[in-house]
Amino acid sequence: MPPQTMSAKTDATIGVNGTAKSTSNQAPPPMALPANLKSDLLNKLSLKSFKLKTKQQELLLRVSILFLVYVLAFITRLFSVLRYESMIHEFDPYFNYRTTLFLTEKGFYEFWNWFDYESWYPLGRIVGGTLYPGLMVTAALIYWGLRFLRFAVHIREVCVLTAPFFASNTTLVAYFFGKEIWDSSAGLVAAALIAICPGYISRSVAGSYDNEGVAIFALLLTFYLFVKAVNTGSLTWSLASAFGYFYMVSAWGGYVFIINLIPLYVLVLLITGRYSVRLYIAYNCMYVLGMLLAMQIRFVGFQHVQSGEHMAAMGVFFLMQVFYFLDWVKYLLSDKRLFETFLRITVTTTVGLAAVALGVGTASGYISPWTGRFYSLLDPTYAKDHIPIIASVSEHQPTAWSSFMFDFHILLFLFPAGLYFCFKRLTDATIFIVMYGLTSMYFAGVMVRLILVATPAVCLISAIAVSATVKNLAQLLRTKSKVTQGGSSKAASGSKASSKALLDQSQPFQRNGAIALLLGVFYLLSKYATHCTWVTSEAYSSPSIVLAARGAHGNKVIFDDYREAYFWLQQNTPTDAKVMSWWDYGYQITAMANRTVIVDNNTWNNTHIATVGRAMSSYEDEAYEIMRELDVGYVLVVFGGVTGYSSDDINKFLWMVRIGGGVFPVIKEPDYLVNGEYRVDKGAAPKMLNCLMYKLCYYRFGELMTEYGKPPGFDRARGVEIGNKDIKLEHLEEAFTTSNWIVRIYKVKPPNNRW
Amino acid sequence: MYVGFGGALDVAAVLDFVDSGHDLIVAADTTASDLIKSVATECGVDFDEEPSAMVIDHQNYAVSDVDGDHTLIAADELINSDVILGKTKIEAPVLFKGIAHSLNAANTLALKVLSASPSAYSAHPTAKLSSPPSLTGSAISLVSVVQARNNARIMISGSLDLFSNRYMKSSVQKAGSPSKYEKSGNEQFVTELSKWLFHERGHLKAGNLRHVKVGETNEPAMYRIKDDLEFYVDIYEWSGNSWEPYVADDVQVQFYMMSPYVLKTLSTDKKGLYHTSFKVPDVYGVFQFKVEYQKLGYTSLSLSKQIPVRPFRHNEYERFITTAFPYYGASFTTMAGFFIFSVVYLYNK
Repeated sequence: MPPQTMSAKTDATIGVNGTAKSTSNQAPPPMALPANLKSDLLNKLSLKSFKLKTKQQELLLRVSILFLVYVLAFITRLFSVLRYESMIHEFDPYFNYRTTLFLTEKGFYEFWNWFDYESWYPLGRIVGGTLYPGLMVTAALIYWGLRFLRFAVHIREVCVLTAPFFASNTTLVAYFFGKEIWDSSAGLVAAALIAICPGYISRSVAGSYDNEGVAIFALLLTFYLFVKAVNTGSLTWSLASAFGYFYMVSAWGGYVFIINLIPLYVLVLLITGRYSVRLYIAYNCMYVLGMLLAMQIRFVGFQHVQSGEHMAAMGVFFLMQVFYFLDWVKYLLSDKRLFETFLRITVTTTVGLAAVALGVGTASGYISPWTGRFYSLLDPTYAKDHIPIIASVSEHQPTAWSSFMFDFHILLFLFPAGLYFCFKRLTDATIFIVMYGLTSMYFAGVMVRLILVATPAVCLISAIAVSATVKNLAQLLRTKSKVTQGGSSKAASGSKASSKALLDQSQPFQRNGAIALLLGVFYLLSKYATHCTWVTSEAYSSPSIVLAARGAHGNKVIFDDYREAYFWLQQNTPTDAKVMSWWDYGYQITAMANRTVIVDNNTWNNTHIATVGRAMSSYEDEAYEIMRELDVGYVLVVFGGVTGYSSDDINKFLWMVRIGGGVFPVIKEPDYLVNGEYRVDKGAAPKMLNCLMYKLCYYRFGELMTEYGKPPGFDRARGVEIGNKDIKLEHLEEAFTTSNWIVRIYKVKPPNNRW
Repeated sequence: MYVGFGGALDVAAVLDFVDSGHDLIVAADTTASDLIKSVATECGVDFDEEPSAMVIDHQNYAVSDVDGDHTLIAADELINSDVILGKTKIEAPVLFKGIAHSLNAANTLALKVLSASPSAYSAHPTAKLSSPPSLTGSAISLVSVVQARNNARIMISGSLDLFSNRYMKSSVQKAGSPSKYEKSGNEQFVTELSKWLFHERGHLKAGNLRHVKVGETNEPAMYRIKDDLEFYVDIYEWSGNSWEPYVADDVQVQFYMMSPYVLKTLSTDKKGLYHTSFKVPDVYGVFQFKVEYQKLGYTSLSLSKQIPVRPFRHNEYERFITTAFPYYGASFTTMAGFFIFSVVYLYNK
């Protein structure tokens, strides 16, 4: 759609300016530092025409800032559309897109009962029962809504823009949340910070149509509503938070974080003696209703009463009842000693009963033990030792310091400061945000992708730090300027203008210090804004299905090999052909090439993936047997040796070996290594040089000159000359290789005719 | 690599002829060229490497006037198959004089039609044996057939004389056997075998694989678990001039997903229609109806049809379960109880 792209482009240029502007704009509380022209203008306007009262001015300012932040959050996520096109990114979003398409075409009940026989051949997948439908239903509702309003949009556009839209909504929730835990200025700062925080943008740029896009909104909304419920003790808010929780459960598996954090929070409040009826109402209503609602999601089902991960919530629920009961008994019993005896008996019986119930439940298998993912969160080394399939995913790796810096920038320093402020003013709400911040920071350290969960907490806590600091400093300045200038509303600029004339006897450096600090805050915040914009534009807006590189002359080179290959598959293979590839590409093949795949990104069946891993790491004739068993018609490999694209199948190969070897012990990792070293050149292990993956990647590569001054068969991704240049294929034949050799497709030959 | 036979005909062309579904007879003797041997090798049959070695049998040779070198063999170890060799039993031994071949162990498609007796061996008839012969006993095949996967049929014979008029018309007496036959078995053997070879016999045609849900007429695109279905397939046999119904009681259908979940023998109405019915197993996935029929002498049938099996839809489960009535009762009494309690609590002051 050219008009849309055009307008988006103009918006984006505003966005870049707006980023800096609005951040510095909200950093101080609105009254304190109207350092920009905008508020001056507003003031003039209001003075002349409307004559608004201070309160109304503040409201107007707040609403307009929020509105700008809302728009900013949306347009800063459009870089990917401008740089490339309106397309779905990466891997999982393609599945989400395909299911959304199905939902809009066939209706909800067909979607709910969808048995997809094009993936996980020959097992199939009950899609309706193995996904979180929240995202698809949301997008479909938006789509139907727009259709109803006679906007003839394509469902793809809706999917592409769902994440930015929800990011905008998240800023609103962040504002209200900030307002609830601190004050409205902290809320504004939080909204502005979260609007452009790279940690969040990484999962919510246009085209990144993934569960997390709406789930962060739902997560923050649930937390906000719950904190609101705790603060007010109102059933309404509690009910609302139950519904927020339901939305979260329907959208993302990360809801487990909520159902564990909230009980933990309640427990902490109980221990610290902050138990109140408000808490009792908020938690019980939220837990009971939230649990019942969550059970309606097929994928979650009875997990709330059966899975070990959800038992903490149930335990706390019963604890609350015991607490309430004890409170009541205490109220009835006047004798303190009697009560203590009663307390002892009750506590012992309750704990005993709970332990017995848990023990019996676990032993009888009614309560399932914790899953591997959960263990790997508690013990970061667990996955590496036990579940290679979890450890193999790059986003499950432990986080490096640099990515914290990259994703949080100054928030990383503001976070501890914010914690300090929170501890100084402990309320039920600040305790919650502190706990949310600390736990999520821990999880962010365990897994790269959980930085996303930590981002809202970090933004909120940092916002408290910024807001409180600036407010203190501004107040300092304003009291001075009030003395001299008689309470100008343009405090900062006024004080700046009159700073030379003014002389304070008692604290000579205080004001200067305050000014310097304010400038420092400005500097940091504007740096934050530029950093975020830069990161968004450079790092997080790549669709990863279309690759971009810089050419020799600094020009941009686009590699569109993936889509080329998928399109070839769609056009040139029988409609019921089965394509074998490593699971990473499964979703894309089913969505774009519309062909059946053996394994895909929904890694629910480890054995099946291991079978593919085994086929890839076996010799050709052994692999042929496996492929015949699975009716494989085509094999697809991703190869970066020509372009220097490093996340190709040869670099992923060791994971295939590990996953394959985890189920089939005939595959042994040391067979593919030489002295513990992974190499593809002449010194490589013989099994490595003759396994199927190597052959398929490097078939005919030995004839190719890739780089000037290097021998033929020089692998640019690994920087070596390959070790086996004379590759002959017996049971497979090359069917298609894309223009940059990134995707290579082979056809599996039928068995030999004669013997 | 290979030198041609002359003209455009070379080994590749011969093999291509077979691979495109045509039948082939390969006959060789001691004069056979490497080309002939390589054609045989490509079909999974190896002639003796020794250039001048012949099959020698000092027990089962054909009695002749002169006590020769026992290379003229009266072979009677025929394959036991009416389809390949016709219904009439070949009584007289088959005269054979030529070279030995053996079947490649990896070849599952080749059959020995005429094999040598356990006392046979392959060696140069006049030279003295310096080392044990490489091919001995029943491992030696005299005449073999290969039925390729595309059902092209290949006959490989180690003797050219086997087909000669002289052998066909001559009388035969096996050494040590009292019975003397006026006419050797060669003519009948060669005629019957060539009938089979050129698909006049043992050629099956299957098709029209179809299945319906019991009580319906149209073929569904997908089944649900525990559905009852009917399965049909038509199988005909070529009688030489027309397609006749094929009648057998050993045709089976598999309901297959990585391994057969259902394996049922089909019953026939003797008019070519095979039928069975079964219940879809309680497993969802992409299944295949598979008819894999490989019977000695017949062309192999390999049919499959993919059919996905889905689990129950959300509204296909039973609405009310008898065993759950206590729970229904519990929830309704709780509701009623709560209502009464509220009324009493609120208005009983």
